[in-house]
Amino acid sequence: MIDYDLSIKHAPDEGGHFGEYGGRFAAETLMQPLKEIEDAFFSAWADPSFHEERLDLLKNYVGRATPLYHAKQLTAEVGGAQIYLKREDLNHTGAHKVNNTIGQALLARRMGKKKVIAETGAGQHGVATATVAAMFNMQCDIYMGREDIRRQAPNVFRMKLLGANVIPVDSGNATLKDAVNEALRVWVASCEDTYYIFGTAAGPHPFPLMVRQFHTVIGQEARKQCLEQAGRLPDVAVACVGGGSNAMGLLHPMWDDEEVRLVAVEAGGHGLNSGEHAASLAKGKPGIIHGSLSYVLADNEGQISADAHSISAGLDYPGVGPELAFMMKQGRLDLDSATDDEALEAFQILTKAEGIIPALESSHALAAGMRIAATMEQDQVVLINLSGRGDKDLGTVMDLLGFDDEGKS
Amino acid sequence: MSKRLAEVFARCEAENRSALVGYLTAGDPSVETSEKLMLGLAEHIDIIEIGLPFSDPMADGPVIQAASERALAAGTHFDDVLHIAMRIREKYPNIGIVLMGYANVPYTIGFEAFAQRASAVGVDGVLLVDIPAEESALCADIFKQHDLSQIMLLAPTSTEERIQLAADAGDGFIYYVSLAGITGAEMGEVAKIKDKLSLIRQYSKLPICVGFGVKTTEQAADLASFADGVVVGSYFVSQITSNTNAEDVIVDNLSTSASALASAMYKAI
Repeated sequence: MIDYDLSIKHAPDEGGHFGEYGGRFAAETLMQPLKEIEDAFFSAWADPSFHEERLDLLKNYVGRATPLYHAKQLTAEVGGAQIYLKREDLNHTGAHKVNNTIGQALLARRMGKKKVIAETGAGQHGVATATVAAMFNMQCDIYMGREDIRRQAPNVFRMKLLGANVIPVDSGNATLKDAVNEALRVWVASCEDTYYIFGTAAGPHPFPLMVRQFHTVIGQEARKQCLEQAGRLPDVAVACVGGGSNAMGLLHPMWDDEEVRLVAVEAGGHGLNSGEHAASLAKGKPGIIHGSLSYVLADNEGQISADAHSISAGLDYPGVGPELAFMMKQGRLDLDSATDDEALEAFQILTKAEGIIPALESSHALAAGMRIAATMEQDQVVLINLSGRGDKDLGTVMDLLGFDDEGKS
Repeated sequence: MSKRLAEVFARCEAENRSALVGYLTAGDPSVETSEKLMLGLAEHIDIIEIGLPFSDPMADGPVIQAASERALAAGTHFDDVLHIAMRIREKYPNIGIVLMGYANVPYTIGFEAFAQRASAVGVDGVLLVDIPAEESALCADIFKQHDLSQIMLLAPTSTEERIQLAADAGDGFIYYVSLAGITGAEMGEVAKIKDKLSLIRQYSKLPICVGFGVKTTEQAADLASFADGVVVGSYFVSQITSNTNAEDVIVDNLSTSASALASAMYKAI
């Protein structure tokens, strides 16, 4: 276990603004509950016993530190820079999301809340929330778009087994943004005894800061492991971006390492010019949704796009965390994207080359990371965040690739 | 403060009653019908809140969510909202007109263009649900320049510190949310609302209107005994939901229910 740096770097201002982005654009009823979470977070973060318990759970319950794996077969196949994979897929529950739910559940318990709620898209955050709720013996309601429930049946079943209520959301286009809306509506009426475990580095202050802080274990470990294994920092660090939780986790601790190029990979869907993608940073514009000012996919009168699309339910979100918008504007974050087809291809390449089945979200980072590595020299290093495993996506991939009963695809 | 909003409350006070504030979503169920419904409702109320339809109405219950969806499906744009406001202003020179909605619509249109155009058609105030006092610097000066009152919300969860912030940032009137919840839920407990209003009055001289969950003349009468205004939203909108095709019937129902509510709001002498 490494010695984690517990200082808060590149903090937002008091109101939660990262430059002009972020803030707390919430209904009045939620302003005080959000302030209470903010106060609880800063008090917990300054308390060594909070970190002692959190880091113990991350080690012995989640299985951190996750390995950094030098993917030699994949490197050989791509032909270029050495590819290293940060294995967040090996976390308990199969993705990085649990780093955050452990932190926020501990916070909820400190605040005396008996019940937690959360939104989920692909179901990974829902599973990670239901898991910690089971462990902490808290009542748990998960809001999930009906369309996503259909796409992610195994995760829905997992949440139910863990004792959570999965509540279908039919409003809007019944996906992640609508699940967030519904969870906010429920929270407004129940904030006295209920804690809302927000799943990504977006939303009103303090969620972007807090979710980022709980995930920086990823980048802190990866940085140290890369120095040990490769003898240097990566030339390029790559992560996929939906709301931005795994990206902030990996990339934020390398912000001050100027020699490291930081790359955020958005979901290109059917192509960046197709109108059906989820590339809020590349193709969106500044806007206010779900409590913060950031980049959004919206029309000329501010209506949020109903056409946000990705093969991966976890990236299918028309907004993005405000700090990513800030880093992009500062010139500290490079944007890239991968289409559905490119992600599906990367999914298969990694599976066959290394025997690792990645989540479709992470496959976007892989597709872009491999493309970048191919243009680089063999003595250079590309570090890709493998944010989750692909078991949950097998149904989707099976439908897309076809599958016959002799087991040949 | 918008002169017209001040006059509305002064007039109501002189008549010894609370102001009736009515909400409908612009463009629900279609732009044309919505104009007729609003003109019909406007005859019986003191202030009309014209809802700006939004794709993601996070603070609204199912009734107003559905209204927003119908309005957007009918192709309602900001031009249409302004046209409706203009028609109301032509017909009712003294009514208060407030645009109510979510930040991303004016933010995307541009606060300057939004305020300039709204003011030009006779709008008096703007209420943006997700712009609390802390974030109001984005638009406060622009609204002031165009003589638009920025109406702030307060809620049962608002602390004294937050009441002070809203009192400083707000104008026109204060909209007090009767319960911690979304629009259309059950109204909060009258005694608690009354206590909170007394507290708010220690910080602000602005008129206070109470809304969320008001459906009956009894509720309106209870609130009118201590509030400067009563806001009715989901109850009016729900009359559209239940009569989607019969335009004249809806106008009649809105008129009947609005005048019943209004006549319940005279204060006991």
